[in-house]
Parts: sequence; structure tokens; C-alpha cells
Amino acid sequence: MSPTASEPVLSLSGITKRFGPLVANDAISFELKRGEVIALLGENGAGKTTLMNILFGHYVADEGTVEAFGKPLPPGDPRAALDAGIGMVHQHFTLADNMTVLENIALGTQSLWRPRLDRAAARNRIGQLSTDFGLAVDPTATVSTLSVGERQRVEILKALYREARILILDEPTAVLTPAETDALFRTLKLLVAKGLSIIFISHKLHEVMAVSDRVLVLRSGRLAGERETKATDRKALAALMVGQEVKPAEVSPVQVGAPLLVLDRVSTARHNGAGLDEVSLTLSAGEITGLAGVSGNGQAALAALIAGTRRPTGGCISIAGQPVGDWSPQAALGHGVARIPEDRHAVGTIGDMSVTENVIAERYGSPRFSRMGFLDWKAARSFAEEIIADYDVKCPSPEARIRLLSGGNMQKLILGRALDPEPAVILASQPTRGLDVGAVAYVHRMLLAARERGAAVLLISEDLEEILALSDRIVVMSKGRLSSPSARGERSIRELGELMAGHGEEGQAA
Amino acid sequence: MDAFEILFTASFWVAAIRIASPLIFATMGELICERAGVLNLGIEGIMTAGAFAGWFTVYAGGDLWTGVLVAALAGAMFGLLHATLTVPLGLSQHVVGIGITLLATSLTYFIYRLALPEVTSPPKIEPFQPLPIPGLSKIPVLGEALFSQTPLTYLAFLTVAVVAWVLYRTPVGLAVRAAGENPSAVEAQGISVTGIRIGAVMVGSALMAVGGAFLTMSAFNSFFFEMINGRGWICIALVVFGSWRPGKALIGAILFAAFDAYQVRLQQMSGGIVPYQVFLMMPYALSILALILVARRATYPKALMIPYQKGER
Repeated sequence: MSPTASEPVLSLSGITKRFGPLVANDAISFELKRGEVIALLGENGAGKTTLMNILFGHYVADEGTVEAFGKPLPPGDPRAALDAGIGMVHQHFTLADNMTVLENIALGTQSLWRPRLDRAAARNRIGQLSTDFGLAVDPTATVSTLSVGERQRVEILKALYREARILILDEPTAVLTPAETDALFRTLKLLVAKGLSIIFISHKLHEVMAVSDRVLVLRSGRLAGERETKATDRKALAALMVGQEVKPAEVSPVQVGAPLLVLDRVSTARHNGAGLDEVSLTLSAGEITGLAGVSGNGQAALAALIAGTRRPTGGCISIAGQPVGDWSPQAALGHGVARIPEDRHAVGTIGDMSVTENVIAERYGSPRFSRMGFLDWKAARSFAEEIIADYDVKCPSPEARIRLLSGGNMQKLILGRALDPEPAVILASQPTRGLDVGAVAYVHRMLLAARERGAAVLLISEDLEEILALSDRIVVMSKGRLSSPSARGERSIRELGELMAGHGEEGQAA
Repeated sequence: MDAFEILFTASFWVAAIRIASPLIFATMGELICERAGVLNLGIEGIMTAGAFAGWFTVYAGGDLWTGVLVAALAGAMFGLLHATLTVPLGLSQHVVGIGITLLATSLTYFIYRLALPEVTSPPKIEPFQPLPIPGLSKIPVLGEALFSQTPLTYLAFLTVAVVAWVLYRTPVGLAVRAAGENPSAVEAQGISVTGIRIGAVMVGSALMAVGGAFLTMSAFNSFFFEMINGRGWICIALVVFGSWRPGKALIGAILFAAFDAYQVRLQQMSGGIVPYQVFLMMPYALSILALILVARRATYPKALMIPYQKGER
């Protein structure tokens, strides 16, 4: 008997999970119906991923039960979840990069002790599923050669191959381009039409509004509310998510001061896609310069150049009117350039070192933190405590390993480290990527405060809304070259889009 | 005969293949462990234990193949110990591996002394005899080198083929390779990473022990202290040299063995003008050189040496 539309295919009741003193999930109950898309909305650290990992058997809940298709699901057994028809697309893909698409999909679907993997059968079935659901991918390709969007399609195929009836997607759009996101949404519609039920985890409001039938909002591990998508709006959901109204950052007019950092026809070698090709740019005191562009067009090279990790191959960098000589990360810091790096895990922090060690990482040699070559741990610790208090960082103690912090709290620490010495120039690379609404607003307020104080801010972001909201001046990067700057409101979104695509004016101005 | 002509003599190649055989077994064993994500530095000790276990079984009255089996079992037991410490408990693979090598080596010498308290020179056994394969062994040079060896050497080559087949053609091989690359991929498909890794380390360790047993039961006919003499460490390098691929690792093992056989013959030719240690050093110096040239671009299993704990945040 197949379940009718009103019958639940999945029901969770009273799920509670604790990690030490932290309650990640607190008595959560809900039901998922056939052909329904539920969005699980919540800030980072609200407990969305934990809940789904319990459902899939990666974690064992301390309390509560899960039923799939009317049968209780044994806890802590991914195999049982798979057999019950639950498929999960993890935020961090669970693919073996050195193996082919086919091998990844077939892994675990045939008896381990077969003398030979039945590739032909697997290939046929993958081909069939690819056409049925519009998930084009070459089964013989090695995963390491695939784009992020293709890898996600492989993950979805993995679930479909096992005849999943319930699909859980954990932050599926975090890594996708807008076009890939649209393709994913089309696939989801197709899956629902074929009777699958979907749990869509996200902290992006517009996506939740676009794909879901029903929204469950998680806040600090508790179910804060449940809304029919049709009967609610983004503002109401945002308020539910953070527990209060979120006010957009207010931008006051500010006097533009002297040029603090000037790039004069600077070129660099290629870095993550493109290098810089005779780029000229002036960052002035009291001004936020927004840099828009499709990723891979030289933003990474520009960020690395200003941070001091790449040397120019041509052109001239001057700071406060003086051309700089030898350019290095130390030189950049010494000249008062603060960095908020794009990848806070890989570049911004050292995961297994403590909060204290991380906050002094850029300045451990300064007299404030060291005496005659020895670290002054007392001063370092009090500095860490200062930052934790001033920047409202939620962390157990200054001794905690920084990788245990959520993305938002990690970013607040990095902000504190960068902004505390009152730097003249601030390089903010994708400062809000992957952050929730509350943390995004906080980062924006901090950048605006720095501008008010008279700092020159370069904001590099792929989020055009963010650029438009904060920037006093906007430049667009395409193929390693910069457009001429435009003042706030001078160019329309369409014009900016054309510049990003590399059409429109050719060239270059200060 | 000059130094170059040696390369074309059958006896040189016969020796090279014989020297390669224990390396092939142990390299395949190490390769299986590392493909599953576990570095097994217990190899040197496990080879010692295998050498003793196989030889002693025959000395105590067992037949040769029983000896091989006992050696494999002894290896698998040390593998189980290694895996218990490194896989479910997630201890440092370096420290555990070195510990296993010291334990297995010392325990072997201890048991040897307990079993044979009186002897001054180690007793001999009747080892595996060459088994020329009819027809094939008559091919000049190549036939003598490849097809006039002992059954254990044939088994070594067969092992390479089986390991390659299992790793690349079977579902369980897929799981082993995935466990060494991204264990969460294995877990997400409902297979136990712990089970796969423990199994791989046990099978790999059994092969290492058979490699050790080759020395006492085929190459020589007795057990000496220190007889493994760093061969285990060479196998670790051979796995890297072979980029974790069975076929390439086999070529590496034969190449190293050829250098070794060659230096012995050069020593004899040089007539004592050059200190013999220079020749002894040669295969090792060349393997470092080969590693520099070949292994710099090797793509190693990404989860190698990273313990996997289910449900860890």
C-alpha cells in the first residue's frame, strides 16, 4: 500500500541530542508528508545538521524516536536509514575523489563479497536515472575532475540509485552558482512530482521561500515555529530565526578623506583563476569600495596582493602617499592593512589552536604580547577576553580550540583581531559568506563603523545585494581588469551585471 | 666480463627476482593497508615474526605450506593488534606502528630463545625448491629468471594480480579505496569504515608476514636475528614509488632487487679497491633518487593516517 498524500512518510518525536553541556537538539518533533518539501531554517549552530545526522544514523539521539513509513528506525545505523529509503546529500560531499562517478554510486550497493563489480548494470541504471531526472553526469569521469554542481548531482544520483523516497539536502546551495542553484530547484520539483519527499536545510530565506511547502524554524536547538510557506514572508521568518527583528544596516553619508592605498597599474601572476592585468585602484579614507565580479576573475589575486601574500609582477603599490618597497604579509600588516580572509577555516584561523593563540597570530611579536622573545600569555589571554566580550563571540573559553566555534563566531573573532588595532586599510574578502542573518548584519555594522572612523575598506563579495547595500563606490572585476568606479546608485544592477559578464566598457580608470 | 654484461646474464635476473619476492609480498601488504587509510609501520616486525613463524612450523615438523599459513596467521594477529589500536581507538599510526615493530621483533627473538635455548647456530630446514615450469622455463634468460623459481615466488606474482583485481574490480576493493580517500563516503553508503580498515590491515599484515617467511623458507633455510634487515622500510618506500598502484609497486620492487643483485656482482668485480660499503649503499641511494623523480607528483590516499571516528563533530 502506498502512502496517500496526507500520511506521514517520516515522523520525528522528541529528539534530543547533547554534546557535553551544549544541547544541540531539544525535544524536536515533526512530520514529513508524501510529496512535500519541508524547509528546515535556522542560523548556523541552530542544530539543523545535527538533527539530520541523527535521522541518517551518523549520531545517536539521547532521547526521542524516528519513524520512517510507519516503522521505527534503529538509531545510529546509516545502513538502516538507507534501506528505509532515506537519502542524504551532505553539505560536505561524501565522495571519494580518486574514484569514478560510477564507482562512487555503486559503492555499497552490491554485496561486498561479489568477485566482480557489475559495472554494466550500474552504468545502465545511472543512465536511466540521469535521463529521468535531468541529472546529466558522465559515469566514467573521475570525481576530482568534476565541478561542484556536478558533484552534487552525483550525490543526488547516489540517493536515487538506492531508491530513496525521502531526500535530505543539507545547505545544498551554499557551494553553487546561481545558475546551478536554479538547475537544482528544477530537479527538486521533478523529484517531488515523482512522489519523493524532501527536507531542505538552509539559512537563505529567499531559497526557502522559493522551494518549500512548509517551513520549520530552528533556534538554539529548539523548534521556534512552523509556517506554511504561502502564508508567511521573508521578514517574518527572519524574525523567527534570530528571535528579533533584523534591521538592515544604516548607511550615513561620510566625508571621503585622503587616499590611503593606491595601486598603480599593478599586475600579478595567475592566482585561483586569473591574475591582475594592470589594475589601478584607489582606496580612500572613510569610504567603502565594493568589488563585484563573477568568482575566478582575479578577485582572489587582488585580495592576495593587498594581503601581502602575492607580490606584484609589475606596477606600484603606495600606502599613504609612500610607495612601498618589499611587499609581504608582514609589510602589509606593518602598513596598517587588516585582512578578513575569504576562507576563514583554511587561511583565517588555525583550527586546532586556541582562541587566544588565534587572536594574537598576526601580532605575537609586538611588545604588547611578547617580552624579550617570550610570549606574555597573560596579556594574550586578556586580549582574547576583550575581543570575546567586545565582539559578542560565543565560545566556552579563550582556551577552546577555534575549530569548535560556529562560522559566525569564528568570523567575529577574525573581525575583532583585524579591527582592534584600528587599521587604516581593511580588506574584507567575502566577509559574510556562509553566515546567518544575524551575523551578516553584525559584520556589516562593524565594516560601516570602521568606515565612520576613517578607514578605507575594500569589500570583495559575490553577493551583489551586499555590495549595493554597503559600498560608496563600486568597481567591477572581469578577466583580471577593473571597470571604472561608479558612485552609489550610479549604475543599475543590469549595467553592473553586464560589466561582470565582461561586456560593456573596456578598460581602466583610477 | 664487464659491468654491463652482467645485466644480460640469467643468473643475475634469477637473483633479482628471488630478492624481489619477499619485497613484493610485503609491498602488496603495505599497499592494502595504506589504500584503506592506515600506515602500517609494524611491517618490519611483522616480517620478522612471519619469518620465524613459518620456519619454526617446518622445523617442528609441519610441512612447508602449513608454515606459510602459520606465518600469515601470525601476521594477521599483529595486524589485528595494530588495527585495534589505530582504527577504533584512533591512536597515532606512527607510534603504534613503531611499537608493533619493536614488540613483534623482540617477542620473536624471545620465543626463539625459549624454544631453542641450547643451539649456537640456528638449525636448518628443507626449504622450498625451484619448480621449473615445463616449456616456459626453457626460454633463454627470461625463462630462467621468471619460470625456474620456487612456488612462493610464483605466489608473489599471483598476489599482485589478485590485489589489483580485488582493489579495482570488486565491491570490497571499492570500499577499501574509498575508506582511504574519504571515509565518510563509505559510512554514507552504509558500510562500516572500521570493519573495512581492520580487515585491510589484517590481510595486509598477513601478506607482510608471508614476505618474511619467504626469507627463511625459500631464499635461505634458517632463521637469523636481524635477517629482515630493513626490507620492511624499503617496502614503505616502494608503495610511495608505485603511487599506491599494485603494478607500479611491482616494477619498483623488481627494480630495487635488480640494483641489489647488481651491487653484489659489482663488489666481486671491483676486487676490493672500492670499499664494499659503497656498493651496499647503492640500491638505497638509487631508491631515494627514484623517489625524488617519481613520487613527487604521486597522489596519495587523502585519508591516509587520518583516524575516522563515527559521529565526531
